Amino acid sequence: MDYAFIFSSLIKIAALLAVVLGIMNYAVYAERRISALIQDRLGPNRVGPAGLFQPIADAAKFLLKEDFTPAHVNTFYYWLAPCLAMIPAITTLAVVPFGSSLFGVPMVIADINVGVLFVFAIASLGVYGIVIAGWSSNSKYPFLGGVRSSSQMISYELSLGLAVIPVFLLVGQLRLTEVVRYQIENGWLIAPFVGDWGNLQKWLLAIPMMISFVVFTIAIFAETNRLPFDLPEAETELVGGYHTEYGSMKFGLFFLGEYVAMITGSAIIVTLFLGGWHFPGVPDGSHGWGWGLLNIFIFFSKIAGLLFVFIWVRWTLPRFRYDQLMRLGWVFFFEIALVNIFIAAIIIAYLPSK
Amino acid sequence: MAITVSRPKLNFRERLYLPAILSGMAITMRHFKNMLFGRTKVTMQYPEEKWDSHMPEHYRGAPALVRDDTGRVRCVACQLCEFICPPRAIKIIPGEFPAGDKFAKVEKFPHEFDIDMIRCIYCGLCEEVCPEQAIYLRKDYAITGFTRADMVHNKEKLLEIGGVMHGVVLKWNEKK
Repeated sequence: MDYAFIFSSLIKIAALLAVVLGIMNYAVYAERRISALIQDRLGPNRVGPAGLFQPIADAAKFLLKEDFTPAHVNTFYYWLAPCLAMIPAITTLAVVPFGSSLFGVPMVIADINVGVLFVFAIASLGVYGIVIAGWSSNSKYPFLGGVRSSSQMISYELSLGLAVIPVFLLVGQLRLTEVVRYQIENGWLIAPFVGDWGNLQKWLLAIPMMISFVVFTIAIFAETNRLPFDLPEAETELVGGYHTEYGSMKFGLFFLGEYVAMITGSAIIVTLFLGGWHFPGVPDGSHGWGWGLLNIFIFFSKIAGLLFVFIWVRWTLPRFRYDQLMRLGWVFFFEIALVNIFIAAIIIAYLPSK
Repeated sequence: MAITVSRPKLNFRERLYLPAILSGMAITMRHFKNMLFGRTKVTMQYPEEKWDSHMPEHYRGAPALVRDDTGRVRCVACQLCEFICPPRAIKIIPGEFPAGDKFAKVEKFPHEFDIDMIRCIYCGLCEEVCPEQAIYLRKDYAITGFTRADMVHNKEKLLEIGGVMHGVVLKWNEKK
């Protein structure tokens, strides 16, 4: 191992973690402000200019609260669960290319060839945090939340996996940097505006890609427990669902873990369907470090846009009933994703690519 | 008896579900934009904006004692307000003007005059019953304190809120 690689990796890890945790804190603030504006309120606007220091105040509150462990819980798993909710969400970011290159260093922490499989493998571990939290709390509402979460995750993981297959039929690789490279050469998968205009296959493929994108996005909503799929939490039915018995920073980890999962989910969507760090007309980092930074900025701007959509949808749609949720997952999305694979495969097989 | 509720028959567009979601999202986006550009009326931002200028004429706020033009506390310690006060918030200890005092004719003045603002219900009966027009309900509404003792307005505090009342009743003055 050469030291330069280890050193640059450590810097990348630290920088990415800092940026993502910063975005996470301000995602909470944005959630509160945007939800307020949607509901004709103002939201938190007291702490600092326009309430911008609110996340700091929230974090201080979480840290200063008494870290209480109820007597009736299974202590080991009770303490383990919040970590299990947070860690997978952050770990997934390791394989996402968040920029082109900076001073010749590729802006991805681990460019592994199983890319998206790694994402699914790690991201689905997040459900263990919720299930263990629900079970170890030794209380009825958290238990119901945990059970709901496990069945919901299984239902939507399926359409999540099936939805990305057309992407990899087309790209031919699981490596996420290759997916981005393909999109730079041939245009973003849902909007192929770059490259040859007369290519019929590319334009026809945008249809199954769009379907993939919609199914994948909705499945990510379900994976991150966001409304309209927040049945594990369901504060109107289950008090707080799996985190009813949690307080202080342990609750904070669940709460912020959800936001990190949102950021990770958005990052995957951006990488797979929205061209990653690429924006038409902006060269990559080999043309100077300024462009490299701009690429990173573009990537996080796209994530911010998607986060806005997450928040916007949350404050628009009511929660699904449980049977509707299951029906939607197993009867509709599963079938749509499956048929979509065939459509994409037929287009790729029978239409000329050049 | 069971009642069968007939479900409406949905057409294809309604069964597709997505158009309804999109129109819902358009509605929330409209609210968002209207708020963002300040086109929606929101509630008053309390500590910065206050009701003071919008306060109605008949508003009943904190009760207060007043002085007259000569600087005498108008109250003559008749204790009518103390007796009428429904929550018994008022406590008066009368004092007597010494003979030869400028106001000896008035006979009494309040030595102590406490109103417990935790008890006060802002009914205005004290103002109504006062024969001397010495107690008034002002427009102060933000009465706060850290302790119960803080919430008791003594004579100084009541006079500070009330200030000086000019004219109106001059019956204790010498005939001019």
